[in-house]
Amino acid sequence: MSSVRIRNLTLGYDRHPAVHHLDGTIEEGAMLAVVGPNGAGKSTLLKGLAGAISPLSGAIEIARADRHAVAYLPQAAEIDRSFPITVMELVAMGLWKRTGLFGGLSKADRAAVDHALAAVGLTGFERRPIGTLSGGQLQRMLFARLLVQDARLILLDEPFTAIDAKTCADLLDLVRRWNAEKRTVVAVLHDMETVRQAFPQSLLLARRSIAWGPTDEVLTPENLLAARRMTEAFDDHADICAAAA
Amino acid sequence: MYDLLIGPFVEFEFMRRALVGTVALSLGGAPVGVFLMLRRMSLMGDAMAHAILPGAAMGYLLFGLALVPMTLGGIAAGFAVALTAGLVARFTALKEDASLAAFYLISLALGVIVISMRGSNVDLFRVLFGSVLALDDPTLLLLAGIATVTLVALAVLWRPLVLDCVDPGFLRSVSRAGAPAHLVFLALVVLNLVAGFHALGTLLAVGLMMLPAIAARFWARDVTALAATAVLIGVVSGYAGLMLSYNMSTPSGPSIVLVAGVIYLVSLVFGPRGGLVPTYWPARHREA
Repeated sequence: MSSVRIRNLTLGYDRHPAVHHLDGTIEEGAMLAVVGPNGAGKSTLLKGLAGAISPLSGAIEIARADRHAVAYLPQAAEIDRSFPITVMELVAMGLWKRTGLFGGLSKADRAAVDHALAAVGLTGFERRPIGTLSGGQLQRMLFARLLVQDARLILLDEPFTAIDAKTCADLLDLVRRWNAEKRTVVAVLHDMETVRQAFPQSLLLARRSIAWGPTDEVLTPENLLAARRMTEAFDDHADICAAAA
Repeated sequence: MYDLLIGPFVEFEFMRRALVGTVALSLGGAPVGVFLMLRRMSLMGDAMAHAILPGAAMGYLLFGLALVPMTLGGIAAGFAVALTAGLVARFTALKEDASLAAFYLISLALGVIVISMRGSNVDLFRVLFGSVLALDDPTLLLLAGIATVTLVALAVLWRPLVLDCVDPGFLRSVSRAGAPAHLVFLALVVLNLVAGFHALGTLLAVGLMMLPAIAARFWARDVTALAATAVLIGVVSGYAGLMLSYNMSTPSGPSIVLVAGVIYLVSLVFGPRGGLVPTYWPARHREA
């Protein structure tokens, strides 16, 4: 089971909390939107879930211990687009779990890559260098790699930002399909319309959790107002948090 | 024509040795240079070449111009600087270029002081510009050995190296191979620089590593083709440079590097992948 338990979790940088004393559970097969103002700790929370940063205190317990069962799409993937590599090769990197350092691609693996490229509408782009893709096509390619990764827990950090409406709708369909396959999806989103339409569960974050539950109960005007009151700046002279001990 | 192109190599053993040496140097160094370039660490090779100096100088100070102590000293100093700089970059806020600049300056200053403690101008010249025409058996074996080790290691590390260049965040999310692969790669850089040091000297050691790699960027589209093209350019530069230096009595090391430089300049202008001519006078475009 790949439910995620978050216990009194504090994540941050230089002792300043970006996510402060968060508690909760992400059930298996949940589709959770993480929303909140700038600097609310949304991306930090995803990095923590992906294991890219370690907690200042508290813990994240992912029932399925295999961290490769997590697929993570960062906000601005640090992809070097000038690197001479083809779309096919980059998507095939998603098979790392199976191929490891040396393993070759089997016929089934190639078929999986082709299938993923077809699912995101990039058939015919296999031999193209990644530097020739548009922004939307690049995002489609990264979704194809997520598909190939075949993970049970999928973390998406603002996957639809600066993407055209058609691509956005196509990719959202993919996310829905993942959910139908009982995969767990956690996505940081800004567009409240998308959240209300597609994500049954929401977490409203403003460093601490303002509300966590069914989306229509979370995204109320009062909650959104409370989230907006969060102060963005870190205070260098803030006292040590008493609850940290 | 025969006298010009082939004769010198048939006639003189030192020319054949030099040719074998530069081929070995290209086989190992050029692919390493390709990865240095793709990681935007082209200048790092140059910095590392200077970092080798104090180690080699220490060997020279203690044992004179001898292969083993100067090689071991160079490798030790290069490893120390590369690993320290790499570790500092991985585990502190400092980026690799900054930490490397700091460490190589320290070791360069040290190297100059050590050399000044003993040394004739002839020896200094040899340390700075190499001795590609005076490669003895042990040195040739060393160059060939380094080329072999490099090619085997690159074959093993190819996938993590490529992924670490193109999408380091993703590599971290799926594997812990990134950091060790990076460290082994730095070790390969040091080994190949030491090889370059013996043939081309401190100042030009990176010549057959970086110039072929950078020139290949204008011809090849994927990493494998890049590495192959770079090796080919390196071998051609080695041969043409030696021939040129024989016929025109120019210093051999600089001649080799200069030929590689000319190939780079030609590639820069005419190379089909982003060269000046194809970029600014494009061929007629297609329908779709």
